[in-house]
Amino acid sequence: MTVDLSVDLCGVRLRTPVLAASGCFGFGREMAGWVDLAALGGVVTKSVSLEPRRGRPTPRMAETPSGMLNAIGLQNPGVEAFCAGDLEFLADAGATVVASLVGRSPEEFGRLAARLDGEPGLALVEVNLSCPNVEHRGEVFATDPAAAAEVVAAVRQATGTPMLAKLTADVTDLVAVARAVTDAGADGLTLINTLLGMAVDTRTRRPRLAAVTGGLSGPAIRPVAVRCVWQVAQALPGVPIVGTGGVVSAEDAAEFLLVGATAVAVGTGSFINPRAVVEVADGLERYLAAHGVGSPAELPALFKAER
Amino acid sequence: MSPVRELCEVLERRRVGAYQALTLVAPRIAEHARPGQFVHVLAGQDRSFPLRRPFSIHRVERPRAGLGAVEIVFDVVGAGTLALSRLRPHDVVDVLGPLGRPFTPPGAPTGCLLVGGGYGTAPLFFLATELRTRRCRVDFVVGAASAGRLLDAMEAKRLGHSLTVTTDDGSAGRRGLVTDLLPDLLARTGAGQLYACGPMPMLAAVSRVAAAAGVPCQVAVEEQMACGTGICFSCVLPLGPEEPTRMARSCLEGPVFDGTTIAWAELEPSR
Repeated sequence: MTVDLSVDLCGVRLRTPVLAASGCFGFGREMAGWVDLAALGGVVTKSVSLEPRRGRPTPRMAETPSGMLNAIGLQNPGVEAFCAGDLEFLADAGATVVASLVGRSPEEFGRLAARLDGEPGLALVEVNLSCPNVEHRGEVFATDPAAAAEVVAAVRQATGTPMLAKLTADVTDLVAVARAVTDAGADGLTLINTLLGMAVDTRTRRPRLAAVTGGLSGPAIRPVAVRCVWQVAQALPGVPIVGTGGVVSAEDAAEFLLVGATAVAVGTGSFINPRAVVEVADGLERYLAAHGVGSPAELPALFKAER
Repeated sequence: MSPVRELCEVLERRRVGAYQALTLVAPRIAEHARPGQFVHVLAGQDRSFPLRRPFSIHRVERPRAGLGAVEIVFDVVGAGTLALSRLRPHDVVDVLGPLGRPFTPPGAPTGCLLVGGGYGTAPLFFLATELRTRRCRVDFVVGAASAGRLLDAMEAKRLGHSLTVTTDDGSAGRRGLVTDLLPDLLARTGAGQLYACGPMPMLAAVSRVAAAAGVPCQVAVEEQMACGTGICFSCVLPLGPEEPTRMARSCLEGPVFDGTTIAWAELEPSR
């Protein structure tokens, strides 16, 4: 059985359906010694803002059962430094680059998208509407369909680059948000971001994160993420979805693809194993071959929804 | 050399006072490891505590090319270190290393004062060995909460020209903090270089004493860390002297820093 791992994501051909998730692969260059960046499905960069951001104080990270909390606070060098350094490096390395964008208003997102429009080497943009580590909950645009759609429309107006909208599961009606952003011009969706969480050190009686709350990631959230992909894929057939949340093995990736994801992104998995993105793709190839499936795109049709 | 991932056989696990020492067969890591660098260890396949744990390299054995081992020292404080403490010879552990920037040795033979707190003293033994091959005089000052929390004082005695001990409770050496004695020790040993590793408040105090005495000081920090490879941005420290300070990743730019560059006042007072 020959397997062709490549997939089409919003009109972009990816070498494999396994990407490095935003915030979990730095700006890519940190990983050049560990993996061949050109061999990955893609690199979603750490979120970039118009101006540099310093991020939150430490401790920024706490391990929790089967996962971790983080409150990094979107530390990044700003879009100018990103374009001059990181983006150029990634493009030269032959990576398929997905730039993650973050802003405090639709207008900021629009300016950011305009600045990146036409940058050589940029394959897609991912609009980060759902980082929980922001000063105000109002910046988590994906908690409100109208606010999310407004951001997506601003980005759509500024760039023709294929666009993913990254949403949060911390909502009552995810399908409503998904529908609003695709109606506003998003070509695809990334599901899900970290879940807002909190942990307390009972010895010191303090929160374990300096920011008090943070985003929960890792295998602990995978069932939530799989459920979200399933729900949205059912409601919005034909909308490409990048599934993310606790993918550390090929079997985890297959779960997402079976319920309707076009691709997956490995996040916390890269913290555990710097070669996780590659190894998940290699394992997926073996999984597909063992099941007599020639392409990852065939998996959703093979899912047996009825127990 | 860029770091590698090695599946390491456990050679030996032993108790060192209140701590555990684990020796791992790691030829490629051992070949290139330098004092101050760390390894990032996956404590097991149990995903309920999924992350690696960083440990500074305590000792390196490299009898010949292709054969080498690294030793780490740890305190059992949680699920990960508990799992490590239960490893037995021939078990296999997944290790990344050597990671981070090492201590920089003096350009010429210089008296060096090595300041360690608790099991934070671990990398200073490896450093002392290297400094001695460079014909530097090495003096140790080590502190801990109590006598039982000192790490291998006899080894420090063996490697150093002198050993000074302090404990918080006076159960060994002088009662008090290592930094209480530093000005005197600097004057007495004539040290031209300080190296320190231990809890952050100790490193802050050592850096202040060093700056006041005009002696260069390198400190190895221990920060909460997820990846160890520069991608998670958890292990940052505010670095000056430029204002505003910038958040530097201690896994890539450290764990060894010039003590004068760290903006100690900005660090969380809670720690």
